[in-house]
Amino acid sequence: MGMAGLIILFLFVAIAVLAPLIADREALDPTCPCTGAPLQSPSLEFPFGTDNLGRSVLALTIWGSRISLMVGFFATLISILIGSVVGIVAGYYGRWTESLLMRVTDWFLVIPFLPLAIVLASLLGRSLVIIIFVIGITSWPSTARIVRAQVLSVKTRPYVERARALGASNWHLATRHILPNVGPLIFANTILLVAIAILSETTLSFLGLGDPLSTSWGTILESAFGAGAGTAGNWWWLVPPGVAIVLVVLAFTMCGYALDEILNPRLRRR
Amino acid sequence: MTLLSVRDLEVEYATQGGPVPAVRGVDLDVEAGETMGLAGESGCGKSTIAHAILRLLPEGTRVSGEVLLEGEDVLTMSFGRLRAVRWGRAAIVFQGAMHSLNPVQRVGEQIAEAVRIHDAKVTDAEAGRRAGDLVERVGLPAGRARDYPHELSGGQRQRIMIAMALACGPRLLIADEPTTALDVMVQAQVLTLLKSLQDELKLGLLFITHDLSVLRELCDRLAVMYAGRVVEVGPAASVFREPAHPYTRALAGAFPSIGDPDDRRSPGGLGGDPPDPQRVPAGCSFHPRCPARFEPCDRVDPSLYPVEDGRRAACLLHEPSLAK
Amino acid sequence: MSEAPLLQVHDLHVTFAGRQGLGAGLLGRRAADARAVDGVDLAVGEREVVALAGESGCGKTTLARTIMGLERPRSGRILFDGQPIGRDGLRAYRRKVQMVFQDPAGALNPRQTIYESVAEGLRVHGLHEGEERRVAEALASAGLRPPERFFLLYPHELSGGQRQRVVIAGALVLEPRMIVADEPVSMLDASVRGEILSLLLRLRDEFGLALLIVTHDLGLAWTVADRVAVMYLGKIVEVGPTEEVLTRPRHPYTRALLDVVPESGGDLTGRKVLAGEPPDPTNIPPGCRFHPRCPEVASGRAAALGQEERCRGEVPALREIVPGHFAACHLA
Repeated sequence: MGMAGLIILFLFVAIAVLAPLIADREALDPTCPCTGAPLQSPSLEFPFGTDNLGRSVLALTIWGSRISLMVGFFATLISILIGSVVGIVAGYYGRWTESLLMRVTDWFLVIPFLPLAIVLASLLGRSLVIIIFVIGITSWPSTARIVRAQVLSVKTRPYVERARALGASNWHLATRHILPNVGPLIFANTILLVAIAILSETTLSFLGLGDPLSTSWGTILESAFGAGAGTAGNWWWLVPPGVAIVLVVLAFTMCGYALDEILNPRLRRR
Repeated sequence: MTLLSVRDLEVEYATQGGPVPAVRGVDLDVEAGETMGLAGESGCGKSTIAHAILRLLPEGTRVSGEVLLEGEDVLTMSFGRLRAVRWGRAAIVFQGAMHSLNPVQRVGEQIAEAVRIHDAKVTDAEAGRRAGDLVERVGLPAGRARDYPHELSGGQRQRIMIAMALACGPRLLIADEPTTALDVMVQAQVLTLLKSLQDELKLGLLFITHDLSVLRELCDRLAVMYAGRVVEVGPAASVFREPAHPYTRALAGAFPSIGDPDDRRSPGGLGGDPPDPQRVPAGCSFHPRCPARFEPCDRVDPSLYPVEDGRRAACLLHEPSLAK
Repeated sequence: MSEAPLLQVHDLHVTFAGRQGLGAGLLGRRAADARAVDGVDLAVGEREVVALAGESGCGKTTLARTIMGLERPRSGRILFDGQPIGRDGLRAYRRKVQMVFQDPAGALNPRQTIYESVAEGLRVHGLHEGEERRVAEALASAGLRPPERFFLLYPHELSGGQRQRVVIAGALVLEPRMIVADEPVSMLDASVRGEILSLLLRLRDEFGLALLIVTHDLGLAWTVADRVAVMYLGKIVEVGPTEEVLTRPRHPYTRALLDVVPESGGDLTGRKVLAGEPPDPTNIPPGCRFHPRCPEVASGRAAALGQEERCRGEVPALREIVPGHFAACHLA
C-alpha cells in the first residue's frame, strides 16, 4: 500500500515541479491567445475543457498543484517544528515546564482555524502567507501532544535508565536515545499532517480566503462554484481539481499506514 | 475413568515465518482428586497444551491427537458441546490472569457473569449469591465481591480468578503459571488455597509452571517438558529427588535447598538456550546442552523409557539396549 | 574487618511524594508520603557479595537505585571509599559503581547494535582510546566468545541469557569496583540462571568486584551471597552472614519467609503462612512495623514475654545478636 501511495505522490510532485515544461504559464492568463472558447467540454485540444474565461482546465490543474503542495509542505513544516520542540521539551523536562507548555498547547488547540483565518484575512488582506500561518498555528498542538506522549513513554524505558546509570548527560540521552525513538513518530505524523494541510488550504481558498491572484486547486473550485459550474453542468471544471485533491490526500494516507506498519514492531512480521 | 487423558497431542502454529511445532507428541493423564504438575521453561509448549485442552488455540493452528475429558474427545466435539464443556467441565486460570479482569466492573459481577453464561435459567439474585459464596470459598470476605479490581491486591485478584474458574463447578482445573508474578508469601497463600479447594471439591488439578520447587510440594505426579515433548514423568517426590533425565537434573539445580552447604557458591546451570521450535536438534532435542551426552544422542530420538519407581524418562541413558 | 567498607549507607531515607487530585488538594487534604526507604544502614565491603532480599514494596529496589544515584534521598549519607557520592560529581562515581538491570530486553536499546550498547559507557565518559579492544574484552569476560561475532548483532537476535551478558559487559567495560544488580536473573529461564550467577561470582573472583544483589529469592541469596540483608517496609530487619541468617534466623519475618520456601519432603499444609500482605509504604504501622502480621504477637508469645507493648509502640533497632548477625526485633 505504501508503494502505491509513494508512486502517486511522486507523480504529483513531478507534475508540480515540471509544470513549466508541461503546461504553458501563459495558459493561466485569460488574455492569452492560447485560450479557447469559454466553458467548452473536454476535447482533443483541451483535454479537461475550459473554464469561464476560456483557460485550459488541465493547465490550471497542473499549475494549481504547485500552490497546493507548497502551502501544504510549508504549513506542515511550521507545525512540525513548533510541535516537536514543544513536545520534546515538555516531555523531557516535566514538572513546571511541562505543565506550562501543555497549557499553552491546550490554548492553541482550541483556537478555531476558520474564524482565525477569516479575521486575519479581513485585517491583513488575503494572501498565501496568511493561509500557511493559520494552518501552521492551529495544527502544531496535536503534534506536540503526540510527541510528548512518546517522549514520556521512551523516557521511562529501562535502556534510558541504563544510560543514565552509565553517567550519560541529558544531551546524550536526548540525542542518542529519545530522539531516535521519537523521530520516526514525528515523521509519520508529518506525512499525515501534509495531507491535512493541503485539505485545509483547499477549504480556505474555496471559501474565498485564499490569494485571488494565485491558482490553487481550492481557488479553481472557488471560481467554478462561484460561476455556478455545478448547476450549469460544467463538470469538467470541478472534477479535475477535486480528483487531484482526493488522490493526493489518499496517497499521503496510504504512506502513513505503511509507515505505521514499519514503525510499530508489533505490526511488523519478524 | 481418567478425568483427563491426552494422547499423542501435536500442535503446530501457523505463522508468517512458517509452521512452528510447539507440541510434538505428548501423553498426559490426570485423575480426579490428583494434582499433576507440568514443568518446563519458556517455549517448551506447556501453555500451548493448556490452551489445546479447551480448544483455545488461534484459527489455523494444526492440532492432532486426542484430548479425552471424562471420555469425550474435546478435539472432535461439536461447538455447542464444547461451549458447555468449557468452564462447566474444565476451567483455566491463565497466566497473568489478574490483569484480565474488567477494570470497570465489580469483581462479583464478573464471577456472576460466568455463572449466567452457563446457566441461562439462573436469576440475577441467584447468580449474585453464588458469586458471593465463591468469593468466600477462596478466602476473601463476601463483601469484597462489590470491589473493583483496582481495589484488590495482586494476590486477592488471583483468588478472584480462581473463584471465577470454579464458578460452573468444573471437574478439572488447569492453572497456567498462577503464582509466577506473586511474592513468595502470597504465592504460598494461593498454593494453600488451591490445595484445600482440590481436597474439598475433589478436583483434578493440572498445574503448569517453570518453578520446579513449587511442583515438588504441591503435586502428586510431575511431567517435565522440553522442546515440545515430555522428557520425564513420574511421582513428584522421586522425580525431584533423583531426576532420571539430565535436563530435569539441571532444572532442579536452579532451585537450591537453603541450608544445604553443597549449594553454597555453586550455582547449577546449563549452557546454551532452549531450542527454537522451528529448529529442533536432530536425535535427542536436548543433546547439544546435555552434560551426559554420548555417541548415539545426536542420531537417535529417545522415547519415554521406564525407570524405577514408576517414572519414565526420554533419555538414551535409560534405553534398555544401550544401557551403559 | 579492619579495612573500611567500600560502600557505606547511613540512616538513609527516601520518600516519594503522595499524589492527590486537585479537588482533594483544594480541600486542604494532603496525600501521605510513601516512605520507601525509612532509615537504612548498610555496608558492603571490597569483594563482598551482599544480597538485599525482601518482597515487592519493601524498598530494596529504591535503595539500590538511590545507591546508584538514580534517586535523591531525603536524608542520610552514602559514602563510597569514604567519600560522599556525588562529591566530585556523579559522573566520576558512575565509573566506580555500575548497574545490571532486571529486564535484559528492556535494558538494551533495540536500535543499537551490541557493540554500541557496550561502548556507550566508554563514549559517555570520553574514553575513546582502545574502544574496540575494551568492548571485546568486556564481552569476552561476560562469556560471549568470540566477542567479534556479537558486535553487529541487535538485541532481538540474542537469547535472554545472552542479552543479560551484554548488559553485564556494558557494566564491566568501565572497570567498576562494585556492581549493583537488580533481580539479575528473575526474568531469565530457570536453566540459564545458574550460568549468569556463576558469571557474577567469577567476576568477583577475577576482578575483585563487590556485588550488591537485589532479589526476592532467598534461594539465590543462599547460592551466591556472603551476607544477606532482609528488608521489610523500608527497613532492614535482619542482616548477617548468609549461613547464619538463613539457617538460624532471628527475626520472625525472616523465619516466615524461610518457612514458605518450598523445601524437600515438606507438607504444604504444615507451613506457617502469613496472612494478608505488607501494608502500603504510605501507611506504616507504629512501633515495630511488622507487628500486625507477626506470628509472635498473634500467638501470644510476645505477650507472654512481656514485650507486646514494646512491639506495638517502640521501633526496634538493629541489635547485634551474635557477632556479625543483627536483627531488629524486641524478642530476639
